[in-house]
Amino acid sequence: MNSAVSLSMSAAPPAQRIRLSLDDYALRTGLIILIILLAISVVFPLYSLLSKSLEDMDGKFVGLQNFREYFETPALFTSITNSLGVASSVALIVMVIAFVYAYALTRTQMPLRWLFRGIALIPILAPSLLAAISMIYWFGNQGVLKSWLAGASVYGPIGIIIASCFWVFPHALMILVTALSTADARLYEAAEALCTPKWRVFWTVTLPGAKYGILSAGFIVFTLVITDFGVPKVIGGRFNVLATDVYKQVVGQQNFEMGAVVSLVLLLPALLAFIADRWVQRKQVALLSARAIPFQPKSEPLRDGLLFVFCAIVAVILIAMLGMAAYASFVTFWPYNLTLSLKNYNFDVMDGGGWEAYYNSIRMAIYCAIIGSGFIFFGSYLVEKARGITWLRTILHLAAMLPLAVPGLVLGIAYIFFFNHPDNPLGFLYGSMGILVICTIVHFYTVSHLTCLTALKQLDPEFEAVSLSLKTPVWRTFQKVTLPMCLPTLLDVASYLFLNAMTTVSAVVFLYSPETMLASVAVLNMDDAGDIAPAAAMALMIVYTSAIFRVFHALLARKLNRRTQVWRHK
Amino acid sequence: MPESKQVYLYIENLTKHFGEFVAVRELSLEIIRGEFICFLGPSGCGKTTLLRAIAGLDPQSSGSITQDGKNISNLPPSERDFGIVFQSYALFPNLTVFKNVAYGLENQRISKAEIRVRVSDLLELVGLPEQADKYPAQLSGGEQQRVALTRALATSPGLLLLDEPLSALDARVRAALRLEIRSLHQRLGVTTILVTHDQEEALSMADRIVVMDQGRIEQVGTPEEIYSTPASPFVADFIGVMNFLKGEITSSETVRIGKDSLDCDTANIPRGSKVRVTVRPEDILCKESSAKRKNANSFLFKVESLEFLGSFCRLIMSGPEGFGKLKADLSTQQFHELNVTTDSTLTAEFPLRNLRIFPESS
Repeated sequence: MNSAVSLSMSAAPPAQRIRLSLDDYALRTGLIILIILLAISVVFPLYSLLSKSLEDMDGKFVGLQNFREYFETPALFTSITNSLGVASSVALIVMVIAFVYAYALTRTQMPLRWLFRGIALIPILAPSLLAAISMIYWFGNQGVLKSWLAGASVYGPIGIIIASCFWVFPHALMILVTALSTADARLYEAAEALCTPKWRVFWTVTLPGAKYGILSAGFIVFTLVITDFGVPKVIGGRFNVLATDVYKQVVGQQNFEMGAVVSLVLLLPALLAFIADRWVQRKQVALLSARAIPFQPKSEPLRDGLLFVFCAIVAVILIAMLGMAAYASFVTFWPYNLTLSLKNYNFDVMDGGGWEAYYNSIRMAIYCAIIGSGFIFFGSYLVEKARGITWLRTILHLAAMLPLAVPGLVLGIAYIFFFNHPDNPLGFLYGSMGILVICTIVHFYTVSHLTCLTALKQLDPEFEAVSLSLKTPVWRTFQKVTLPMCLPTLLDVASYLFLNAMTTVSAVVFLYSPETMLASVAVLNMDDAGDIAPAAAMALMIVYTSAIFRVFHALLARKLNRRTQVWRHK
Repeated sequence: MPESKQVYLYIENLTKHFGEFVAVRELSLEIIRGEFICFLGPSGCGKTTLLRAIAGLDPQSSGSITQDGKNISNLPPSERDFGIVFQSYALFPNLTVFKNVAYGLENQRISKAEIRVRVSDLLELVGLPEQADKYPAQLSGGEQQRVALTRALATSPGLLLLDEPLSALDARVRAALRLEIRSLHQRLGVTTILVTHDQEEALSMADRIVVMDQGRIEQVGTPEEIYSTPASPFVADFIGVMNFLKGEITSSETVRIGKDSLDCDTANIPRGSKVRVTVRPEDILCKESSAKRKNANSFLFKVESLEFLGSFCRLIMSGPEGFGKLKADLSTQQFHELNVTTDSTLTAEFPLRNLRIFPESS
């Protein structure tokens, strides 16, 4: 009995040590490197932010002094109620509209559903600022429909709420469409067999089935609005919200300590929404069994007709928002000279970075798409497929989940504190394109990470075991099987990163330098300088680019699908 | 059974914990070279855990494994010598059948031409020579499992591990593949371990069966031994259908069941012990009730219900107190001869040599 390994008294003795193979070493090294990278780009900056909030201007530790000062300043404190009020109003309005819209898309035979679906996604192509600029042209001081507001000013909560509804609409809609399209036909058949009235079926089957989707969409909308800075900056007027306060403290008054305090206050609701959403997501698991039979909606002329009218109105508003900005960008001098010209696109003669800003944006978006998707996919692969060392994988996964809870503004300001610190050897990144790319990748890391994880989870968990039994190194299976199978997902992630890098403002607004001015920031600055038409023009350039990129992505995906995904077809 | 009884795989005192849960406890086992062995047991009995420990995929908590004279306990799976087939096939869906089978050969410094020949030969062997260029999704489940088997055998491993390979297939394909795997084994002579919860599969394929329960071995033996001389009530119950009669030993040759007494070999269990007597339904001899009784161990039973099962018929009968509901199988021919219907009365005889007795575990 030479092999009787001493059993320790604790409940579960650790597994007998198995000698590590070269593969294991490689994967572990990869895990550790990625954890270090995420620590540098997420955890350390957040720590700097936290410690900054506890210091005075000279860097001395003052405890909660700054926080006390913050809560004693009414002007700052009202921002909290303002922010919460705006975010919850938007969440409420968008949820109702998006739910009806999503219901019409998924549960009816309404005509032109594909068109409505396409139109609803328009706002994704644009920075949130675009909606605000468009609102100025519709309802601003020289707006076309100013009279509709009956004397109320669009500069304030009204403008913020309407413009926010526009840009968060597709985010809510996509979640609700997903939630509503996974219905089990058998439940409806059972309800029908029991002679249940339609409204009761809706309350007892449809709504509970979409419950988690609705909650999740609500949290996401709330977080997006409360952390968005573009819309209130452009159309907020004197109505202060948390996001603009952070900007004002840091960029306007150079009061970094107070900026840190406000961003921590901003972090709180975002963090709560994040935790609530995680909790909801966990509950959602296994709601729909594999045996479910997909629901096929039947045609009902009256219902479908009414919903058609509703969707048409929403679609017209969405188009009008984009259309007005597009039209205004071509107008020579609003509202006095309405002849069309390209004058506003002559960015090089205006403040705001010129065409270089646009090229910078494209450059940054491409870097983010390529570098980001590579890193993120590799990271999710390690989380899902590395053998053993569960605790290291869990750490990496948690680090990858963290960015979702951190609003862009907070991340941006945290980067200032961390990378601009005189003692940081990585200080050379500050003001470079590099820091913009890192910040943007991190900002959108979590959603991409989860997308990759979902794709990887769909692969048979025994692929790696089979490869080991065939004495095949793990990188070969990664290259020959895992990567080709996940290629469509990888493309989606790259595209997601590209589009977001093009449109994002919140994080990068603190980090650009004159050489690395970005298009989305240029929109903000031109608007600030009163050049609203050029701002609209630049925003439209982003929209055109994103739209072209989307088409390009669709074509590429189709080609890829034909070339490398042959095995999917029977 | 192989002629030279050389131990190929030796498992000694193997234990595997998952947190608090002990999946396999202090298990020792010898497997002979070239043997076809089945790990059989209900789900959660530790059979798959044991297989994965042998493969190194889920390393044991303690204990050792020796393969072909070499201690492999601490080796990573990539340095062990085995091929494996999973219930899910785990075929690479983006590679053709040919590429799947060639997968393990391609990094062994074998020439392309040689690989081609070897793969073609193997596909020929499992009857899939035409399918080389298809993708797994284009094959039926049975074909996919054959490809998975071929892929595992391509590198000529010394040990073939099959983890419930047939469970995902429908009954007819399963039966065909059973025969095929068996004949493949006889041709190649590779030591094979099959994990299954399907006793029929184990009985029909294995040279020896390892019956497991709760992380322990209940019995190791040939299918015949396992079936006819189960070592424990668990094995008796798990393999095939079994009648259990509760009783008490009254003498060295009799057990009292209710008010009656049954002659049987009491295997030195002390008098007065509570025991369970087991008898298989097909071992009970049924005769017309009018036939002269007084054969030993014969009792009158009333047929309560009938289950027609094709080649035979199962009777559910009630008889003297203490016997409970008794299952007895009649061949279809006997069934007609005796003209059995519900409520018929029959004489059931319990042949001495077919009775086995187990002490009642408290």
